[in-house]
Amino acid sequence: MQRIPNREQSNGNARNELIELRLHALFLRGLTGDEAAYRDFLQATATHLRAFLRRRLSRWPDEVEDLLQESLLAIHNQRMTYDTSAPLTAWLYAIAKYKLIDWLRRHARREMQNDTLDDKNELFSTTDADANEAQRDLGKLLALLPEQQRAAIMHTKIDGWSVRETAVALKISEALVKVAVHRGLKALAEKLRDKS
Amino acid sequence: MKTDDLINMLANGPDVSAPKIPTRRFVLFISLGVLTSIGIMMTTLGLRPNMIELAMLPAFWIKMAFVIALAGTGWIAVARLSSPGVRTTMLPALIAAPVVLIWLAAVAALMNAAPDERATLFWGDTWHYCSSLIAILSLPIFVAILKVMRNLAPTRLRHAGAAAGFAAGAAASLVYSFHCPEIDAPFIGFWYLIGILVPTGIGALIGPRVLRW
Repeated sequence: MQRIPNREQSNGNARNELIELRLHALFLRGLTGDEAAYRDFLQATATHLRAFLRRRLSRWPDEVEDLLQESLLAIHNQRMTYDTSAPLTAWLYAIAKYKLIDWLRRHARREMQNDTLDDKNELFSTTDADANEAQRDLGKLLALLPEQQRAAIMHTKIDGWSVRETAVALKISEALVKVAVHRGLKALAEKLRDKS
Repeated sequence: MKTDDLINMLANGPDVSAPKIPTRRFVLFISLGVLTSIGIMMTTLGLRPNMIELAMLPAFWIKMAFVIALAGTGWIAVARLSSPGVRTTMLPALIAAPVVLIWLAAVAALMNAAPDERATLFWGDTWHYCSSLIAILSLPIFVAILKVMRNLAPTRLRHAGAAAGFAAGAAASLVYSFHCPEIDAPFIGFWYLIGILVPTGIGALIGPRVLRW
């Protein structure tokens, strides 16, 4: 863990300062509803996190993209816990590290269990892993959400409908549409975590 | 779903402008916890009848300053450990400060006391149940704090759980102060602290499980 410098402590490191400034600016614009800025923020963050996770998960290269998606969803869902006066990169790093350790802890436990299995069981466990991987497709996980949450997310975030249009289609209030989106994404994050 | 698709999904729709932390709901939760704790204290233990007499003594105010300082530092620890990447290096010193001060007060009290009074200063009349009552009174506050923290994003779950237990224990010791007859620093600095450390330890044990997100 020590080799990755904590961004918080990187005073004087001009490149990190620049990344911090850029991400921070994009993120703040995103908080006020600027979709393009928020997309740029997520895309830039994704490239950093991918490199970080790839280094950390060199033994499990197939897991990188899944964990990256889990981290991005976590960042999105917990945005309100960011204190805008603190370094954003420290906040992002803490979340990615948390998700990584959480995964490693579970995975290491599963590995230890597998060690006691014989060959036949190992054969089954490989199919297990495949099934897991397919199930971790976010699109498929989305289908597992309660209908109202799923529809609210699909319409407002994928089909490009307005909140009003979605509210009319689902016969619920506009406030409830927003609540359904928020709760749905939180439930999605939980499903993603449990399947991994 | 590809990561780019996920990003497009996240960066579209009504939730791009981020929601605020529902502070009012959190305050409500914690208040409910504290009020429940006060309710349990009032109905099963009762308010100390001679509170006003106690309040005339300097030792009473040293004790109150101690429990209020602990509740305050507990609160800071909970807040800091609920957000990812926030500096927490000053927390140990912050929490230790009131403890060191009450221990200094305890040493002074013991040194000033006649040798045959020293045991009473430490054991008081209620040492055998003081700590457990504080631990019990902390439970509703503990639950409320954990519930609030689950809605935030603690990343060091063992520390976060311990902080929740510590803050709840400190708040409970403040509630218990309105029943407790003891005000001597040697007693407070040990038995109150034990009462607070019980939920702290429980928090450290259950934190990784109940605070996961």
